[in-house]
Amino acid sequence: MSNQVTPDDVSGAAANEPLPGSTMGRAPFPWLRAVAAVVLLVVAIALPYSINDEPLNVVCQVLYLAIAAMGLNLLTGFNGQVSIGHGAFFGVGAFASAILVVDHGWTFEMTIPVAAVVAGLVGAVMAIPALRVKGLYLALITLGLAVLFPVVTTKYVKGSGGIALLKPTRSQVSSMFPDIWSDDQYRYFVCLGLVVLLFLLAYNLMQSRVGRSIIAVRDQEVAASTVGIDVARVKVLTFAVSAAYAGVAGSLSVFVLRIADATNPLVYFQLSIEFLIAMVIGGSATISGPVVGAIFLILIRRQTDEGTDFLPRLLGVEDRTEQLAPALLGGILIVLTYVLPEGLVGGFRKLKAKALQGRTPRPVANATTDPTPN
Amino acid sequence: MILAFDFNLFFDQTMNGVASGVIFSSIALAIVLIYRTTGLLNFAQGEMALFSTFITYKLAVDVGLPIAVAVVASAVIGFVGGAVIERVLIRPVEGAHNPLNVVIVTLGLFLAINALAALIFIKPGQEALRMPELFPAGEVLGIQKETVGFAFVLVLECVLLFLLLQKTKLGLALRGVASNPESSKLVGINTGTMLMVGWGLAAAVGAVGGSLAAMQGSGFDTSLMQTVLVFGFAAAALGGFDSLIGAVVGGLIVGIANAWTVQYVDALEGIELVVPFALILLVLLIRPNGLFGRTIVERV
Repeated sequence: MSNQVTPDDVSGAAANEPLPGSTMGRAPFPWLRAVAAVVLLVVAIALPYSINDEPLNVVCQVLYLAIAAMGLNLLTGFNGQVSIGHGAFFGVGAFASAILVVDHGWTFEMTIPVAAVVAGLVGAVMAIPALRVKGLYLALITLGLAVLFPVVTTKYVKGSGGIALLKPTRSQVSSMFPDIWSDDQYRYFVCLGLVVLLFLLAYNLMQSRVGRSIIAVRDQEVAASTVGIDVARVKVLTFAVSAAYAGVAGSLSVFVLRIADATNPLVYFQLSIEFLIAMVIGGSATISGPVVGAIFLILIRRQTDEGTDFLPRLLGVEDRTEQLAPALLGGILIVLTYVLPEGLVGGFRKLKAKALQGRTPRPVANATTDPTPN
Repeated sequence: MILAFDFNLFFDQTMNGVASGVIFSSIALAIVLIYRTTGLLNFAQGEMALFSTFITYKLAVDVGLPIAVAVVASAVIGFVGGAVIERVLIRPVEGAHNPLNVVIVTLGLFLAINALAALIFIKPGQEALRMPELFPAGEVLGIQKETVGFAFVLVLECVLLFLLLQKTKLGLALRGVASNPESSKLVGINTGTMLMVGWGLAAAVGAVGGSLAAMQGSGFDTSLMQTVLVFGFAAAALGGFDSLIGAVVGGLIVGIANAWTVQYVDALEGIELVVPFALILLVLLIRPNGLFGRTIVERV
């Protein structure tokens, strides 16, 4: 078959995108970026004081989803290795933390780096078949990982009641500074701190020599190897870092939700899909895309889960909101990919280019007229 | 340890494996049909088959058609549905900036079709539905008649697909588009129509697979195809994504390996799923494009 839509092309997408950071100096209003960052930071710090605990919990879910999607983006967006198994790394992180806290009495915060390392190691091991198997086949192997993880966990992890379910107690995830922050506020700040840290890490990584190698391997593997890039090393490294991100996200999920659950055999497969969705609707191969996508995905899901009184009534299925929600989510995803093929961040860039230059951006193939990594 | 090898038990288990393998093969065939024509992995394949399965059920139980007729009718409806999905939902995002977009659309379909099937076909509080049996109970030559029937259906599907692809002008055009879309256009093939036909065929094959899967258990609901899809992917990967024979062989291998593991490997009790994936990993490490897949030459 010479239908050359080989899986390797998946995310060849941003092939023509200039390297992140390569033209930072050309950003039209450098101070605008700084102002935006300060405003964002102020909002982020003020947030927990202005909303209740319940919505704050949702914000925490957005934050760890963003971390997982950032990790997936490093691998799939920038390195071109499609993974639909990141839910498994997420699960590894979640269970590593939960086991250490519940069975071994660790302080929760101490388990986060352990979760990252364990997930990263599993990721590095997964990268070994990835050196030989590419594209769709790799996607399928990672899918296998996501499907197997809950099955294997169910066999070897016996939580309360002998099932693969671990629940840290409330006191195990309580605030370290009870005088300043309530438990929920504390958890929010831990999540926020890690998002900022990992965001900067990803940003700097992609501007470094390693980052350029990661992109080169995606765009043209053979060519990359001829200019002296150790393709195998880059792939294993990206896989490990990416998995470690997912592991941190998993660990934080236990922190926020106080539960690590592998009793539903498809839950980690569904999570993998969520990461992928967050990455793509945000804008793959952009640094901020996954964060934006995570916010958006949770927002849509909240709307479809709860705010859908109108549509069910319109369709005469008031009592079936539960079933209608995924249908709406699916429909919105389809419409979004149709309207914003380059994700929200890509769409925003186009808009910005239009507004600033008063002309239509160049065709899609080299659409990134503003190449700065938002 | 079992010293006396129970051949009958072994035989029965193998045949159980064949019965589920046939279903995996059907879904794998559908996946391969779409991959060959459009080069993409359809995550919604299982849910499209699920929807068709409900149509089969409606036609057989509520309309009262004979089950065999219902399955064929559902395959025809599935064909139309698949073609429409390709034209309306897939075509606009194909060839977009980011090829992952098509994947997201199929994931969106996965969610939406599953939910719609629940909305349309299942009344609130309803238990699992019972699909009428296509094949009678009982055994022939020590094999469940159902297994023989399933195998027969699979062979029939393969023969029909073979005749269509190899012996008709339409099949030639389909293969042409799969192997070289640009040149196909130049010789006057309407590639758009061919893509629709490819999706339609896949949906029809999936409809049959889903209907069989529903007959196998004691009842079915909207989660019917989720594990089947995973096994179907496994089968397609094992056989090589661009090979129809590979899909059939892959499905049978996965089905039989699964049945054997359940019966014989106590150490893997509860984690039998490991086996098909270990098998895939092993095969792919030796043959990165599957058992029957063609190697894609990379040009720099």
